[in-house]
Amino acid sequence: MSELDRTQQGAHPVPADWTYAPAPESREIVRIQERYGHFVGGSWLEAAETYETIAPRDEEPLAQIGQGTAEDVDTAVAAAREAFANGWSALPGSERAKYLFRIARILQERSREFAVLESLNGGKPIKESRDVDLPLAAAHFFYYAGWADKLEYAFPNRTPRPVGVAGQIIPWNFPLLMLAWKIAPALACGNTVVLKPAETTPLTALLFCDVLRQAELPPGVVNIVTGDGRTGAALVEHPDVDKVAFTGSTEVGKAIQRRLAGTGKKLTLELGGKAANIVFDDAALDQAVEGIVNGIYFNQGHVCCAGSRLLVQESIYEPLVDKLKRRLTTLRVGDPLDKNTDVGAINSRMQLEKIEELVAAGKEEGAEIYQPPCVLPEKGYWFAPTVFTNVAQSYRIAQEEIFGPVLSVLTFRTPEEAVEKANNTPYGLSAGVWTEKGSRILWMAQRLRAGVVWANTFNRFDPTSPFGGYKESGFGREGGLHGLEPYLRFDE
Amino acid sequence: MSERLPVKKTYKLFIGGAFPRSESGRTYEAEGQNVARASRKDVRDAVKAARGAFAGWSAATAYNRGQVLYRLAEMVESRVPEFSELCSGREEVECAIDRIVWYAGWADKLPQVLGGSNPVAGPYFNFTVPEPTGVVAVLAPEEPPLLGLVTRLLPPLVGGNVVVAVASDQRPLAAIELAEAIATSDVPAGVVNLLTGFAAELGPWLASHMDVNALDIAGTDGDAPELERLAAENVKRVVHGRADVQSLWEIARFLELKTVWHPIGQ
Repeated sequence: MSELDRTQQGAHPVPADWTYAPAPESREIVRIQERYGHFVGGSWLEAAETYETIAPRDEEPLAQIGQGTAEDVDTAVAAAREAFANGWSALPGSERAKYLFRIARILQERSREFAVLESLNGGKPIKESRDVDLPLAAAHFFYYAGWADKLEYAFPNRTPRPVGVAGQIIPWNFPLLMLAWKIAPALACGNTVVLKPAETTPLTALLFCDVLRQAELPPGVVNIVTGDGRTGAALVEHPDVDKVAFTGSTEVGKAIQRRLAGTGKKLTLELGGKAANIVFDDAALDQAVEGIVNGIYFNQGHVCCAGSRLLVQESIYEPLVDKLKRRLTTLRVGDPLDKNTDVGAINSRMQLEKIEELVAAGKEEGAEIYQPPCVLPEKGYWFAPTVFTNVAQSYRIAQEEIFGPVLSVLTFRTPEEAVEKANNTPYGLSAGVWTEKGSRILWMAQRLRAGVVWANTFNRFDPTSPFGGYKESGFGREGGLHGLEPYLRFDE
Repeated sequence: MSERLPVKKTYKLFIGGAFPRSESGRTYEAEGQNVARASRKDVRDAVKAARGAFAGWSAATAYNRGQVLYRLAEMVESRVPEFSELCSGREEVECAIDRIVWYAGWADKLPQVLGGSNPVAGPYFNFTVPEPTGVVAVLAPEEPPLLGLVTRLLPPLVGGNVVVAVASDQRPLAAIELAEAIATSDVPAGVVNLLTGFAAELGPWLASHMDVNALDIAGTDGDAPELERLAAENVKRVVHGRADVQSLWEIARFLELKTVWHPIGQ
């Protein structure tokens, strides 16, 4: 018996071991309908065809979701056009602002309900949906609410006008937050919206329709049509959509850009990434390890700006990788609804297969794999946090976006080499720099060809901070003053 | 006594600061002169030269870029009679010079009007700065031959981009004259590359080139669905440029925005 055990005996019961007890968040707060239609013109449009949406943690069926047809999209665009022409675009900005403020407040009030539903339908840990997705979504509406009646201050010497009907397609990794990033600036600028949530994660967007009802938003200002890529294609191609905003894979983004060629529609694309997270030898290592973990295992690595390539200065390679591996053993992988969970479920079978394929390629090409001992649930979609060392720049795992909890470790000697390697990708969404030297942070930040550079932190977001990519990571910005521009036209 | 025989100019391309003939050996007749007809390989060489010049030009101080572009205005001013012969006349040349001067003055003001600091909820100094997109391909407007080209060249240049431009098919001489002015100003080699030839032939090569970051389709009157489709291959920024516009927002179309989260601590 150890000294500690002896001294504590009697006064307090000593736990038999130090494993966590389950701490699941209650599902009671969430009510899911059996079947959903499309939210069009302020009411529900019955869906002719449906598909099943599930909980990725155990493949539990959750609801039947409408598979939007071209006709559904057409009805929704017509409703959006009607709302645009008959009131919304002519409403004083101060009135539009108040609707957006209302939405922000209701989201704050109902945040637990949304967080539970988000984790259930998407697989992300409740800790993240509760502490990141929901607060940021509400903040985004709050931020853009304030812009609605101040647009002329954002664009001096220009006359900003709404574009019209915005067709918006969002991904499954941050379903409600991406909805907020799309809808808030669009409405603030006086546009109306047809939004298509991701195929696998429609439930929070559908619950959001109830928030719109509570906020008494005029019918047709926001329309939600669910479905797969076919629904998205119908929306992109609809002749009465004036502006398309897409967040998702680079592959689909390119296809959309091709389809819109010659149409003159406004387009913004927020696509993939293969971000370098660069650690210098003077960095605070423990802090850096936390940043690396947050960079790639946050939301199971289903993050377009994930720090999926770790670039370590050679002199600290061994201690850093040792610390990282040790830290991985303390990550709790499991039930997304458990408040202790660090890494939740992979969003879908399709995504799991893609991760498995790339990890197999990494092993095949000669990289060394490390996964901490962890027991993955039998049902559902799971992948253990993974680190690849001995990775060459040419390996697929160093070039392609994996969009999963898989980190590739590379090394460098000089700052110049770090820049060269970091920029050696067709992507350019984000990058991380870890050093105690402020001048080096800025030196690196100048040279990294990426839209967001985090120094001594990673995966941090704020509604005031513009987000978006260089090169094949897309164009246009979301967030901040710059996030207004895609939703405005200027006759000049 | 016979009259003195003038020394005739050979009209060539402008790539990497040099004046080569088209590698294809082709020429075509325009404005009564034989003009080099650029090929796919010339496009490739021009993009390579531009990429090589990007690091230096984009990292030059804004003050320096502004002065270099102002120097270009000086060089054009010194050739007003020559330029006047090659376009609609003196008025167009003077307008082009004033436009160069107007844009030159923007070089050191862009981050102040297009960027800013963002009040994030956390201990970070968060700021956004505009940065050049990279290699910009320009299909210059057919008309006006000088002012149209200047209107499309200056916005990407002042922001720190490098350019490969295809001159007006039928009125290319002003572009070649401009190349000579550029070569004798302090614009570093490769920052501006001018090709003469047929935009319909060269456009697709530029639109599909994987090392070109943005495409200005001014010369197609903004209607070039096939070029736009090709441009999607590497997510190029496609700009429907107008032949006669002068605006800060024209510069902004060739800029990316970088946002930096700098820690605040002790």
